[in-house]
Amino acid sequence: MKEIEVKEKEGIEEEHPMKHLLRMDRIPHIWCPTCGIGTVLTSFATALEKSEIPLDDISVVSGIGCSGRIAGYIKLDSFHSTHGRAIPFATGLKLGNPKLKVVVFSGDGDIVGIGGNHLIHAARRNMDMVVLCINNFIYAMTGGQVAATTPLTANTSTSPYGNYENPFNLPHLVASCGAVYVARWTALHVRRLAKSMGEALKKRGFSFIEIIAPCSTIYARRNRLGDGLSLMKFYHDNSIIKHGADTRELDIGFQSKIIVGKFVDIERPTFLDSLNEWNRKVLGEKFREYGGPIDD
Amino acid sequence: MRFWRKPLDADKLQIPHGEIHIIRERCKGCGFCVEYCPKDVLELSTEFNLKGYHPPIAKNPEECVHCGLCELLCPEFALFVKEKKEVEKIES
Amino acid sequence: MKANPKNVLTGQHYLDGDHACAEGALSAGCNFVAGYPITPSTEVVERISERFPFVGGIFIQMEDEMASMASVIGAAWAGAKAMTVTSGPGFSLMMENIGLAAMMEAPCVIINVQRGGPSTGLPTLPGQADMMQVRWGSHGDYEIIALSPNSPQECFEFTIKAFNLSEKYRVPVFVMTDECVGHMTEKVIIPPAEKIELKLRRYTKLSPEEYLPFKPEKDLVPDMVKAGDGYRIHVTGLTHDEKGYPVMNWQTQEKLVRRLVEKIRLNKDKIIEYEEEETEEAEVVLLSYGISSRVSIPAIQKARKEGIKIGVLRLVVVWPFPEKRVYELAKKVKAFVVPEMNYGQMVLEVERAAKGKAKTILVPHGGGWVHNPEDIYKAIKEAVK
Repeated sequence: MKEIEVKEKEGIEEEHPMKHLLRMDRIPHIWCPTCGIGTVLTSFATALEKSEIPLDDISVVSGIGCSGRIAGYIKLDSFHSTHGRAIPFATGLKLGNPKLKVVVFSGDGDIVGIGGNHLIHAARRNMDMVVLCINNFIYAMTGGQVAATTPLTANTSTSPYGNYENPFNLPHLVASCGAVYVARWTALHVRRLAKSMGEALKKRGFSFIEIIAPCSTIYARRNRLGDGLSLMKFYHDNSIIKHGADTRELDIGFQSKIIVGKFVDIERPTFLDSLNEWNRKVLGEKFREYGGPIDD
Repeated sequence: MRFWRKPLDADKLQIPHGEIHIIRERCKGCGFCVEYCPKDVLELSTEFNLKGYHPPIAKNPEECVHCGLCELLCPEFALFVKEKKEVEKIES
Repeated sequence: MKANPKNVLTGQHYLDGDHACAEGALSAGCNFVAGYPITPSTEVVERISERFPFVGGIFIQMEDEMASMASVIGAAWAGAKAMTVTSGPGFSLMMENIGLAAMMEAPCVIINVQRGGPSTGLPTLPGQADMMQVRWGSHGDYEIIALSPNSPQECFEFTIKAFNLSEKYRVPVFVMTDECVGHMTEKVIIPPAEKIELKLRRYTKLSPEEYLPFKPEKDLVPDMVKAGDGYRIHVTGLTHDEKGYPVMNWQTQEKLVRRLVEKIRLNKDKIIEYEEEETEEAEVVLLSYGISSRVSIPAIQKARKEGIKIGVLRLVVVWPFPEKRVYELAKKVKAFVVPEMNYGQMVLEVERAAKGKAKTILVPHGGGWVHNPEDIYKAIKEAVK
């Protein structure tokens, strides 16, 4: 058998296949070793490669937090807005230029905590956007405070004796508000997640994917769950794939089984569809559809 | 490999091979690639990179079948696999 | 460039201030409005939601004021001319995102139809107590432009002016009306579209490799792009360098924030606007803005009948404040009389600008009604003593 050498070159960034999707001048990124967010970003880059959407038409909006830093590393039109307001910012982008495909890529504290109101209304309106919510069960960037998704009994810096609040069941929340595509995967399900992201990008309407990712430095350490690798392994080993499961049964307990899969995939008219159709119906000929952004 | 029945295209069957490229200085020693390689090709080396982490090395490079899982898993974009054009025919 | 005739409702109309603001936005080419209903500003968005389907604009009623402001910034980056409308409590909610608009240099217009405050206050009655908040409301250092109309006709004209200023300086511009002007119905003459001048957004002509999103031109304002043009920009609320990437050190902060502030301060002379009347020989100057300037008219007339030489300085652009002119007048006159519907906000600027050369007499009013001209007259008499 021929000897195949492993080539170890210094600084061969030019050759990494994802480099055209990343802002290479900002790599290495700020996330901790064994953080799950980097893996999620790779899945997203894979999904972008495979999708047929022209990359110039995709805009990424993030909020504040560890997951919110994703916008800074993706080489697309990316916007890093204020805490919790990524979804209305994305609404403005989408309505300002309906040709854009808008992706909101942020964390659980940002989207579901302070941004909870915006999440449910965007889902209700079926705003045409993809929301990728990286759920690490904690407010990691600020030092590990309890979040709306923290499981019962978990230890965080503001629940130092254990969390006694019930967390959200995100797929159930978003599906009941009217989202047309709801899925949940863990960060380790790289190929399934990339496929799911691809489906969500093609979907018209409000798509929501919850991605369970390990937080190594804070959540894993505070709750003595090993490092990010063992936590990610745990999430993956304890995930049960159940496509089409009833969203009412998707609660996550502390270190419990996690049901993953694609739960909702329906069709509904988007906000712009409803607006245009209705106005055309009641106003007839005089209705003028939105003309798009103003050019010079 | 032993088959119950020899596949009709056994002489055309090819196992892909991959060549692993590791960008040492970017690695943060997380170990995802080592843990999840289906062919157990990688292990963390004993050397340090400039940041003080142990980057992986391929201990069994010939086993790599270009599945690409390490490249997809690496959070640091420090690892990628290129297809090696060498093919290995199956002996019956 | 000129306004689009399809948007402009040319002719003589009998409109209230809120409706005139809406018409002004339409004439200016505004095509995205996100709002949340709040008395007394609701009429603006009601009219917008009626007219937009016929002129090709998008109106969305968001779930709260923070969402309204965030979506206005998003729409501005998508290339739309965006506006939102609110009053006191909503204004306070929007503050974080107003800071974001200033940091991201997104051109947008915010109309604040002021009401009695603080907190829920007097929802259906006028006030002028947000004048300092509009300047200093958000955290950090930044500069904005604020205008103060005193009639529905001015509501129409100043909204157009606000859009032009926001496009020119890439800064959020505020139209500070109040419930009285907003709900007052008067004749509004809307000129033909060719008479309305609009300022275009300055888009870059450079290629994506050469373009730096936050590199300023000579007037300290960078050229803009919009999402979807292939420039792959990164825009953030963190302190950023010229490429738009966040950099956490004091040198970048100094470079960026100083430019954001000087963008307006160094161009002050082109932005400041006021109306003066009989100030050359005046012994007292009445400085006012908004509805208080109209309410002062009987007091001024009464004082002039008694031979008091009183001049009027009415602020059109309230922020940036015309410090130079106030100082020049302060050297000549005995006192400034400042009637405002609050317990002393713009009067502090007048005092500061006068540098002690003239007295400043405030005629305060808690809001809820307009001043009694007698009180203003008494203050004028006090000033000439």
